[in-house]
Formats: sequence, C-alpha cells, structure tokens
Amino acid sequence: MDYILEPWPWYVSGPLIAIVMFLLLYFGRTFGMSSNLRTLCSMGGAGKRVAFFDFDWKAHRWNLTVVLGAIVGGFIAHHLLSNPTDIALSQQSITALNELGFKNAGKSLLPDELFSWENIFSIKGMLILIIGGFLVGFGTRYAGGCTSGHAITGLSSLQLPSLVAVIGFFIGGLIMIHLIFPILF
Amino acid sequence: MSKYIKFFLVGIFFGIVLVKSEAVSWYRIFEMFKFQSFHMYGIIGTAITTGILLLLISKKMSIKTTEGRLIRVPKKDRGFKRYIIGGSIFGLGWALSGACPGPMYILLGTGAFSIIIVIAAAIFGTYMYGVLKDKLPH
Repeated sequence: MDYILEPWPWYVSGPLIAIVMFLLLYFGRTFGMSSNLRTLCSMGGAGKRVAFFDFDWKAHRWNLTVVLGAIVGGFIAHHLLSNPTDIALSQQSITALNELGFKNAGKSLLPDELFSWENIFSIKGMLILIIGGFLVGFGTRYAGGCTSGHAITGLSSLQLPSLVAVIGFFIGGLIMIHLIFPILF
Repeated sequence: MSKYIKFFLVGIFFGIVLVKSEAVSWYRIFEMFKFQSFHMYGIIGTAITTGILLLLISKKMSIKTTEGRLIRVPKKDRGFKRYIIGGSIFGLGWALSGACPGPMYILLGTGAFSIIIVIAAAIFGTYMYGVLKDKLPH
C-alpha cells in the first residue's frame, strides 16, 4: 500500500498516461483536454455569435465525461491515496523559489502565494491567475492542442506540427520563468 | 448512459495518475522550466515512448476500436505559424498558472477551488481565439 500512497516515480506515471491516450483511441476517440474549453463555449451559446463555436457540442459529451472523471480522480488521489501530500522538489528549486519569495515551496500542490484566497483578492494575485488562464485557453486553441493533444498524442504519432507546438510551449515557458518571473516576484 | 461509464472511468484513472505523478503541481512546472529536475522530462519522455510503442503495436496487429474501425490518430493540419505562436502563448500561460487544461480540472477535485478562476479565464481565452481566429496568422 505504501507504493500507492507515496508519490509515483516518473517511469510509472509516464507509461500510465500513455495508456490513458491509448484507451481513448481504442474507444474511437482521442486524448485532448483543451477541446473541452471550446465545447464549454459552445454549450454556453457562443455558437450564435461566433462561427468557430457553432457545432454540435453534444457530440463531445464523452470528453466532458472524461473531465468529470478527472475531477473525481483528483479528489480520490489527493484525499484518499496520498500520504504525504508534499512535493519532493529538488533543493535547487526550493532555493530558487525562496529567493523569489515563495516560502513553503513544495509543501502543497500549489503555492499559497498565488492560490490562497487572501492572495487572489489582491489585484496582482487576481491578474496573475486571469492572465495565466487566458493565455492557456487562447494559446491552446490557436496551436490546436495542449499537452495531451500535442505533447503526448501528437508526438506519439510522430507528427511534425506537434513538435513545433511543443517547442513553442517551451519557448513561452522559458520566457515566463527566466525573464518575466524575476520582474513579477 | 452506460456508454459514458468507460469515459468516466478513464477520466478517474487520468486524474489519479496526474496527481500521483505530481504533474498537477505548479511547483513541478516551475522546476521543469528551470531544468532543475528530471521528473517532468521523465514523465513526458516515457509517456511518448510508451505511446509510440502502443501505436506501432496496434498498427502491426491491426487492433480495432470498440466501434470496429482501425485505431487512428487524427492528423494535425499542416502549418507552422499557428503552432509556434500559439504554442508560445500557451507556454507563457502554462508556466504562469502552472496548469494546462487537464490539471486545471483535476486540481478542482483536489480541493484547490481557486483554480476555478484559471478555468474561467481559459474558457474566455478560447472564446477570444474563436472571435479573432480569422485575423490571426495560421
């Protein structure tokens, strides 16, 4: 049981993610989590104003069901299958985070400095989450996929556009962490 | 309803794996872009390697889907600009919020309710892409 409760090593987790991808392909669908954001827009009636959202969202209910499952899975894993729940970060990262002002690096899934209610209701805290989410939602649709669609599915099927997209993910991520974070924090 | 159960179960499995692998943690994304741990590279690398093998095997053995067709991965459209520009925009947001679209939902399940702001903003971002789509280089 300890093996389950402790964090899973990368060589176990990676292949299990590939199995998720394969199962969805086996069920005649595909592994793409960001598509749900488009489906949610369509569900909300965006198709009346914008042609991009004018499609039969009901055909994507299977993927929304995956999302519901993922939420339940997150609950089960965090509350029933995790002990301890802190993250075994490298010492280098902990030092780097401390220098940026993140105090309890790795003691929870998300830093309080960004995600605690107290910080969210500051202008800076709110803006960081809104801008971060906006860029993810805008960028993923622009690029036609996210980590699941491009990095896992696209690269597993050796597609060049996905390689370009993943290179893009890293260009953006490296700019954010190395150039923008020192200004923000 | 019963046809949805398998998708629900796959979702639960996906959520559990991403929490247990710590890939849903903002800290792990930071660490990855800092190149200070092999962890995330190990996860993505072994996922892709396993994925390549599974797809090769299913092709060799002509494994069919539950709906009776050959297993097929949808082909991405050709192009360069949309992938490099869109990808970079996504990367900026991924590093800032520490969550890509899968983990966003999963984090909600772990009880990190403030992530709902990130989810709402991501839906709005997707909406704005739909609005601006024809004006953007692809």
